[in-house]
Amino acid sequence: MSLLELKGIRKSFGAVDVLHGVDLAVNAGEVVGLVGDNGAGKSTLMKTITGIYRADEGSILFDGQDILHLDPGERRQLGIEMIYQDLSLARQQDVSSNIFLGREPIKRLFGLFPVVDKAAMDRQAAEMIERLNAHLPSINRSVGSFSGGQQQTVAIARALTFDPKLVIMDEPTAALAVREVQSVLDLIRRLKSEGIAVILISHRLNDVLAVTDRIVVLRHGRAEADLATEKTNMNEVVSRIVGGGDMAVAASHEARG
Amino acid sequence: MSSEIASSGRWAQVQRVSVERLHIRLESLLVLVALSAVMAVLSPYFLSFSNFLNILLATSTIGILAIAATFVISSGGLDLSLGSVMGLSGVVGAFVAVNLGAPSAFGVIACILAGAAAGHINGQLITRAFVPAFIVTLGMLGLARGLALVISGGRVIYGLPDFMLYLGQGRPFGIPMPVIIFVVTAFAAHCVLAYTRFGRHTLAIGDSEAAARAAGIRVERHRRVLYTLSGALAGLAGLLFSARINSGDPTAGLNYELTAITAAIIGGTNLFGGRGSILGTMIGALIMGVLQNGLNLLAVQSYYQQMAIGAVLILAVFIDQYQTRKESRV
Repeated sequence: MSLLELKGIRKSFGAVDVLHGVDLAVNAGEVVGLVGDNGAGKSTLMKTITGIYRADEGSILFDGQDILHLDPGERRQLGIEMIYQDLSLARQQDVSSNIFLGREPIKRLFGLFPVVDKAAMDRQAAEMIERLNAHLPSINRSVGSFSGGQQQTVAIARALTFDPKLVIMDEPTAALAVREVQSVLDLIRRLKSEGIAVILISHRLNDVLAVTDRIVVLRHGRAEADLATEKTNMNEVVSRIVGGGDMAVAASHEARG
Repeated sequence: MSSEIASSGRWAQVQRVSVERLHIRLESLLVLVALSAVMAVLSPYFLSFSNFLNILLATSTIGILAIAATFVISSGGLDLSLGSVMGLSGVVGAFVAVNLGAPSAFGVIACILAGAAAGHINGQLITRAFVPAFIVTLGMLGLARGLALVISGGRVIYGLPDFMLYLGQGRPFGIPMPVIIFVVTAFAAHCVLAYTRFGRHTLAIGDSEAAARAAGIRVERHRRVLYTLSGALAGLAGLLFSARINSGDPTAGLNYELTAITAAIIGGTNLFGGRGSILGTMIGALIMGVLQNGLNLLAVQSYYQQMAIGAVLILAVFIDQYQTRKESRV
């Protein structure tokens, strides 16, 4: 049985139909690449999984449970995490406040008043950053003062702190330096080895081909193709993204990139 | 971390850390001390215990409104209706207690409920009808004031029952009741904003609504609670004010939102949300209180005081913006 199973997902914004009935299945410990041209509906599809958007039609099963009616907080509790392209960090708050946002540990003052256990938050945040082999200037500083890579670290730490079953990454390597890209790819492999499923959205097809088990191509709001990564190549993926025809030029350009 | 800095012996940094832990801006504290020093030199009456209590008493109403402003503004919102809702609440409480002859307790509850109801309407319109907070609360500023005048027939409702009077004029241990209620409210509000999930989510929503939403926080519901809380606090301010003057005055609280928002901004609340502390706001409120008290002692016309408050608001935002821009350039 699949960990995540989408059937016939439809979503439109006013008169604009973005998703026209998408099917997608992801198994535990599987890394699935989601590729497609701009406007193909990748981000919209992912936001219907996290619950930011509500699908107009279709069903979403997670761990065999229907999650269509759950809000984003409830879906996170079930183990669905997403790392957004814009990272969605609260820039004026510090590291642990971001990691634990919406899930702050509580202690009872005088056995009565529920207050946030900031000390525990700081401790666990520091442990998580260490586990990621990352270095931050200080966990007590607001994350807005960090570099792009450091902010990415905070976003990743936030996604991993609560033992997720599925992590969705939206263009995690788009804004990173070469060495940082490798560490994100290593991280994805590590998640896979721990049995965590990953959906990787990326325009960098080299990254997608390097790290995924399967590649799903989204085109005009439909799942156009479902390719086993080891049986496909850059040419096929590119031609499926743009929709067939003579794709030699585009593909060789991507291969060079 | 604080021990590292302490061992490095840099006193300025130690101070900065300890002040930050209290969620206060050092600059605003310095302004308060400097302003008090100037007033003490200019007026022989300034430095006395009774005048100190006077300042606190005068600050109590504005201070409670400033607490409301801090919650709403640090969540990225705005409540311009604070002063009008305060006026409406006082009138409703007086109407219930005097005209309807209900027991005192009902008058008290009516004040706070009237404020909460007005705030709740603000919240509903902002989060469900998608009218901007600026417009909704500006509209409520007119609506609440008008309703206060309608209910009271444009006249002051005089002669509150004893218990309500006590809340405004009682002096247990020589300390005015409004001051006691103000301090207790401020302490509770500080704990809520700084140490609870509710407070953290408030700041997070003001910081990045998208991040808060992605984190599973129910942003709209949270905003509705904040505006309702803001209205309830305005109701409490209205109660204390009318109890102090022994009447429901439909013009009470006129322009108070100006002073309250100024106090919150001086106290370090980020005008665009994401940062705010009640202790800071209390210092801001005291600065406004000392300013008004000092100008009164110096017999400066109230027209000029109004100008001074407006100027301070613009100056405070200017300084905040200047510092933010300087920091982001580094």
